[in-house]
Parts: sequence; structure tokens; C-alpha cells
Amino acid sequence: MSAHAQPSPVGGKLLTPGYLLLLAVAAVGAGFSLWRFTKGLGPTTSMSDGYPWGIWIAFDVVTGTALGAGGYALAILVYVLNQGRYHPLIRGALVTTALGYTIASLSIVLDVGRWWQLWKLPFFVSHWNGNSALLEVALCVMSYTAVAWLEIATPVLGDYKGSKRNPKLAALAEKLHPALKKALPFVIALGVLLPTMHQSSLGTLMMLTARLHPLWHSQLLPLLFLISCIGMGYGGIILESTLSHRAFRRSVDSPLLSRLSKVVAGVMLGYVVLRLGDVVTRGALANASPGYVFLFGVELFLFAVPAFFLWSDLRKNAGVQFGAAFALVIAGALYRFDTYLVAYEPGNNWSYFPSVPELIMTFGLVATELAVYIFLIKRFPILGGRSSEPVT
Amino acid sequence: MERREFLKGLLGTGAVATATTAEASVQRHREPAADAIGMLYDATLCIGCKACVVACREVNHLEPEGTLHDRQTELNCNTKNVIKLYKDEADPSVFSFMKQQCMHCIDPGCVSACMIGAMHKEKGGLVAWDGDLCVGCRYCQVACPFQVPKFEWFQASPKIVKCELCKERLADGKQPGCTEVCPRKAVIFGKLDELKTEAHRRIAEQPNLYQPKVYGEEEAGGTQVLYLSHVPFEKLGLPTLDGTSIPYRSESVQHGVYQGMVTPVVLYAGLAAVVVKNWRKGEGEGEGPSDEKKEHTP
Repeated sequence: MSAHAQPSPVGGKLLTPGYLLLLAVAAVGAGFSLWRFTKGLGPTTSMSDGYPWGIWIAFDVVTGTALGAGGYALAILVYVLNQGRYHPLIRGALVTTALGYTIASLSIVLDVGRWWQLWKLPFFVSHWNGNSALLEVALCVMSYTAVAWLEIATPVLGDYKGSKRNPKLAALAEKLHPALKKALPFVIALGVLLPTMHQSSLGTLMMLTARLHPLWHSQLLPLLFLISCIGMGYGGIILESTLSHRAFRRSVDSPLLSRLSKVVAGVMLGYVVLRLGDVVTRGALANASPGYVFLFGVELFLFAVPAFFLWSDLRKNAGVQFGAAFALVIAGALYRFDTYLVAYEPGNNWSYFPSVPELIMTFGLVATELAVYIFLIKRFPILGGRSSEPVT
Repeated sequence: MERREFLKGLLGTGAVATATTAEASVQRHREPAADAIGMLYDATLCIGCKACVVACREVNHLEPEGTLHDRQTELNCNTKNVIKLYKDEADPSVFSFMKQQCMHCIDPGCVSACMIGAMHKEKGGLVAWDGDLCVGCRYCQVACPFQVPKFEWFQASPKIVKCELCKERLADGKQPGCTEVCPRKAVIFGKLDELKTEAHRRIAEQPNLYQPKVYGEEEAGGTQVLYLSHVPFEKLGLPTLDGTSIPYRSESVQHGVYQGMVTPVVLYAGLAAVVVKNWRKGEGEGEGPSDEKKEHTP
């Protein structure tokens, strides 16, 4: 291939009105966070002893990291299954992943009540509880955040070797890149191992409660979370590459995305079979309320229909691709929301709906993520495709 | 020792150890400590005077909310022990009191959940909380089948609050505040096996009065606080649970996959070998497998 595929900075003005709006939302979120740290979680969120976990866990952490699993899913394809043709997608996906995990880590700091003790987690090795799936999630998310940044920083830094326009980065690249590059295959292997561990553990987490409805409470939770995160990650890649390429006037590699879509379809069909088979063999549908059966149906529908479209030749249509990717992301998010909030039954008239400040802080974090993403792709060689190409 | 004498007087000396059928259904990863202690609450004896609630507040320095007899009917971050009233809606003559506090499970969900052992088992198998380790993640709340641990939602520096069986008093050779003050001995403190024996003795003595089981003997893999009642246990708000401990299933997964970290290490070695091999094939492109070289692969 030609320079066409070579990633390059998008360039252009950074502080557009839209960008300033993002920064404003991020700043408001940061302001509310200060309030949360001084007043506690009670006045600022809707969480309670009945619902100890709210959207910060269900959305920011559990759904956010699964959406960020694109870098993980692509790494499996490119580096483990040796499908090098998907390589052009990997930088964009890795940036999304690194940012998603960073935001998830920040949400955890926001969510835990005694955040000033968090530093003890990685260091108090003798106190580690090997039975705790949450410990595994915490340690893996921390280390994978670092791994994802290394995975993206190494090749990007490599591009600045000998750069005349950026002597500082060129000097840094000269100094660091050889060592980073040598270590990269081992870092990449970690980048496959860690998400495999903690994305499944995010499912194991909810096995340890007596209050999750049987339609969701299953021995297969770890496996189902792992497989569905791969679907969400791929969905995220398709959304990210389609949207960013359109917004920043880069061409989309449609045949590549179409080929990727077929892989996703296969994985998702596997998920649907497992999920349905599990529920049927356990007889969990029998005593479920109509509301739960409906939710379960919607989940399965949102997984199965896009899988069907992506399997068929219709996947070559960019609109179908985009719609299916979107549906998959929603399906995975719904599965996670149901498992962590909707089908969690504390009884005693407990109820939970996120408070306005809770939402504002979440919006603030998402805005921060978008702002940093835009900054990175405008200033650094992340996206492929030529800027002179017409918008497709 | 005070509590030994107290129990002797109460149980008599001829109590026979009962092997109960309930235990057969129990599945758990942790067995009761040899010196396991606990409490037995007999709802047929309780008159709802709430002396135990007052004693609990005094011993644990908890701020009372309102007066003793109004409102406070649930556990919260100021209440580690509460007396509830159940009244049958159809027949008002059927009623019962109910004492709620931590059940001190034999194989507790909260302990399995806790990342660095802030929630842990201590001498006698009591479940205690260590503020120097807790990060406030509240997974213990999600994991507890009895919804016992409470969180100080309105504190910037919040704690997890729950009954710790007055462990400081136990260290002094005393018994918990609530069992010490109970005028009817509706709640008693003692060794777990002796309490079980006593519970079965009472049922055998008055089979018409009691529900034919000891709650806590098998529930959630067994708890160190046991209940006797004349009304069905679910009426008292005790959840219907089988004999599988809360951590049993999830720990089976964790142990199966992560025992000794062998699986992750082997998996990592395999992954690293494959990635390095693919990397060498695509060498020279700076980022591993390149487009050109892989184009011919099917």
C-alpha cells in the first residue's frame, strides 16, 4: 500500500466552538466532582445502601471499558491471529481504548468512598484477597491502562524519529523508542492477557450476589461478559472509524470494515447461542416476570439482528455496517446495565435513578475523553487515510 | 470465663451434640473455626423491649436517631442492631419480634468480595471491618445476602458500619452488649456448636411452638447467628436461601481459572510466543505485522 494508509495528524484548528463546549462540559463535571469529594456520595448521587453501585460503575467502568475493548479485540486479530490487514485500524482503536480505560479509572476514584486509600491496592500485596474478582479487575484495569498507552505511544513516537519539525519529540524518540520497540511484543501480549482476565471478571463480580435475577445470574457470566465485550469493542471500532473519518475528512477503508464485520457476526452468533442455551437449560425463563422476559428478549434481539445483517452480504453497505455496530454497542451496554442495575433486586422499596450531579459528572468525563481524543488525532499520527480524499 | 458459666447454666450439662440433616445440603469453601462463637435469637422469647438496641448504641458509641421507640426499624450507618415487629395482616394476634444484625456467616460473601481484607474473619469466626484497608468500594454491600453492611453516605470520610459482635468486649472476657442486657435471654451468646444443640433441644421440647428448623444452620452455607421462631422465617424478613455459600460459585470460577496464577502465566507465555513469532515475520515495518506482507494470507 502507499502513503494512503500511513497515519498522519489530522491537523487544523483545535479550539473550535464545539471543542470549547466540550471543555466547558468537562469543567462543569470537574466542579461537581469537587463537591462530591467534600460532601460525600449521599448528597451528590442517588446511590444508597440498597443500590450501592450506580451508573458510575454500570456505565463508566463496566460499559466504558467494554466499549474500549476495541484495542483488545483488534490486538487479538492482528498480533495473535496474524491478520495484519487490519493493522490500519489499530492506532485509532488503541487511543479509544487507552482513553476509555483512563476515564474508567477516574470514575473509580470518584465512586469509592475512601479514595485516599486506593494507593494501597497495588502495594499491599500480603493483604491481597485472591478470591476477590474485584481485586483482579482493579489491578488489571490499572495495569492495562498503562499497557494501552504504551501500545499506542510506541509506534507514534517511532514516527517522530528524525523529524525536523519536531526536534523535541525526535530527540525523545531517539532516546526511548529502541527500548520501547523491543519491549512492545511483550507489552502487546500483556495487552491481550489483561483484558481477557478482567472483562470476564466483570461478569464474575455479579455472581457474588444473592440479589441478581436468575435470567442474568449464571455460571456463564464471566464467559458472556468476555464474548460480549469483544462484540462491543468491534462495534466501537466501526463507530469510531466511521465517525472520525467522516468528521475529519479521511477515507474509510470499507472493504476492511466489511471483512471485520463478518468476524464480529460470527462471535456474536456464538454469544446468542450460549446466552439462550444457558437460560433455557437452567429454566430461568419460567418464573421471570414479563418485564424481565421482555428485557431479555430485547437484549438477545439487539445481539442477534446485527449479527445476522453482518453475516449476510448486506454488511458491505456502510449504513448497515454502522447501524449494526451501533445496535451491538447498545446490546452490550444493555446487558451490562441489566446485570448491574435493572435485574439487581434489593427489595424493600429501594429505588435508583441517577441523580443530576451523577449524570453531570459522567458527561464531564465523557467530554474529557472526547476532547483528549480530538486533541490527539489532530496533533499526532493516529488516523490513516489521506486528508485530500473526498468525504465518503 | 463469664460466658462459659453463663452458657453452662443455660444449657445444662447433659446436652447432646446433634448432627443435623440441614448440614448435608451445605456447600462452602470455608469451615467454621474450631472456636466458632455466635448468637442464638429466639423470637418466641423476645418481648421487643429494645434493651439490646440501647446497649448496642452505648457500647458502639452510635448516635441515636430520635427516641428509642420511634421510627428506627432498619439497620443503617447509625444502627448495628435493630428490633423489628412483624404483625400478621389477617390475624393481629399473630405477631413476632425480630432482631437483626450481622449474621457472621461461616463463609461470608463480604469477606470473599473484599479486595484487600478490610472485611475479614477474626478469632471465633466473627466478621470484622478494618478502616485502614477499606477503600469504600461497597462490594461487601452487593455481596451480603442479608444486606447488613451499611455505608456512611453523608460523610466525606465514610466508614462501613456493621455488627462486629462487640469484639473489644470479647477480648475483655465479656459478652456482646445485646446478649448481656437481654432480660428474657431471647438472644444468647455462646459457642456455635453449643448454640445449635440448644436450639434443637428447644425445638424438640416444644415442637408445636417452633418452626421445625434452625435458621442459619444451612442458609448461605451456614451463619454463626441462629434463629428460632414461631412464625415462618420469611415473615421475619429473613431471606430464603439454600445451603450454598455466597462465595461458593464465584470462587469456584476464580479458583478454577486462577489457582496459583498458573493459567495466566501459561497463557501469557503462549501469547508472548505467538506475538513475537508474528512480529518477526513482519519485521522492518516498525509496528509488527504489515499490510503488504500479510496480504497474501487467506
